[in-house]
Amino acid sequence: MNKTLKATPPVQLWEVFIRSRSGLAHKHVGSLHAEDAELALQAARNLFTRRGEGLSIWVVPSHLIVASDPSEKGMLFEPALSKAYRHPTFYNVPEEVGHM
Amino acid sequence: MVTNTISVSETPQVLYALRRADDALILGHRLSECCGHAPTLEEDMALANIGLDLIGQARALYALAALREPSLEDGRANTEDTYAYLRDVGQYRNLLLCELPNGDFGRIIMRQFLYSAFIDPYWRAMMKSSDAQLAAIAEKAEKETAYHLRYTSEWVIRLGDGTPKSHDRMQAALEFLWSYTGEMFDTDEAEAMLQAEGMIIDASAIHDGWRTTVQTILDRATLTLPQSAWMQKGGRSGRHSEHLGFLLAEMQQLPRSEPGAVW
Repeated sequence: MNKTLKATPPVQLWEVFIRSRSGLAHKHVGSLHAEDAELALQAARNLFTRRGEGLSIWVVPSHLIVASDPSEKGMLFEPALSKAYRHPTFYNVPEEVGHM
Repeated sequence: MVTNTISVSETPQVLYALRRADDALILGHRLSECCGHAPTLEEDMALANIGLDLIGQARALYALAALREPSLEDGRANTEDTYAYLRDVGQYRNLLLCELPNGDFGRIIMRQFLYSAFIDPYWRAMMKSSDAQLAAIAEKAEKETAYHLRYTSEWVIRLGDGTPKSHDRMQAALEFLWSYTGEMFDTDEAEAMLQAEGMIIDASAIHDGWRTTVQTILDRATLTLPQSAWMQKGGRSGRHSEHLGFLLAEMQQLPRSEPGAVW
């Protein structure tokens, strides 16, 4: 790499997460290209909060996200499908409790 | 041209509002020319966002000018639209800096940086204006310009301290734009009257802070502040470069040839 290339490293992909209201979790909204963290944050603000969507932004380099392998979805997720007893639907909720 | 040029009764208050509005409109229009042409989608959106902020500021200031301008002889009153679309080059009061052609991305960023480093502290100081409407406009605008300054500063640093090519382009942009920066700090008799009433601040009081901001960012960008002290002026009194006429021709063509056209 060119030695004088200090402040402009190569462009990379970032994932953007926005928290729209206090108390909610940050939610993935998309991805963008930027040269570094500061510019990624700026670009996220410019691209994803134009209509007042955000209170807080996270940007994460896409390559740092560890993802499950789609070809392993049978092993990973299918065993859970036959275990209906894990859903909390077998309790009788007394009427006085109302909506939980 | 079907629609005639308007006349404007430029009382000090009207002149002041038009000057600030014209800066924002013309610079906003220049940024709108980048739409679809920026180096990346991300920067395309960023420049368009800044342009929209500026055009919004212009609208608020034109509305204020319309409110403060005495009615015309025939009873008609000017509006945001007539100020923008029905004044000729000589009636525009914007800084020459704002009307200069875009050039490359580096020059667009540098022009926006030099302007934002001035206008952000300017609006911050104007939040204390004795005029409640001006203070409200300043408060809204300052939040926007603070971001413009941050955005452009980051790019000036990265492009200046980037490759030899980007560094040279940024230095060239700085040299090209430098003599147009002095006009930002000019003030005249009309403005002195408003200053005396506490309605507006003295723009020249912003100069030292502006210079410090610019120097700090240029140092980090490894760029050199030009030494030349000679400064262009004329925009504030309607003496413009040849570039503004072309800009207005494009911006005004539709409302002038199709009066009253709506979406």
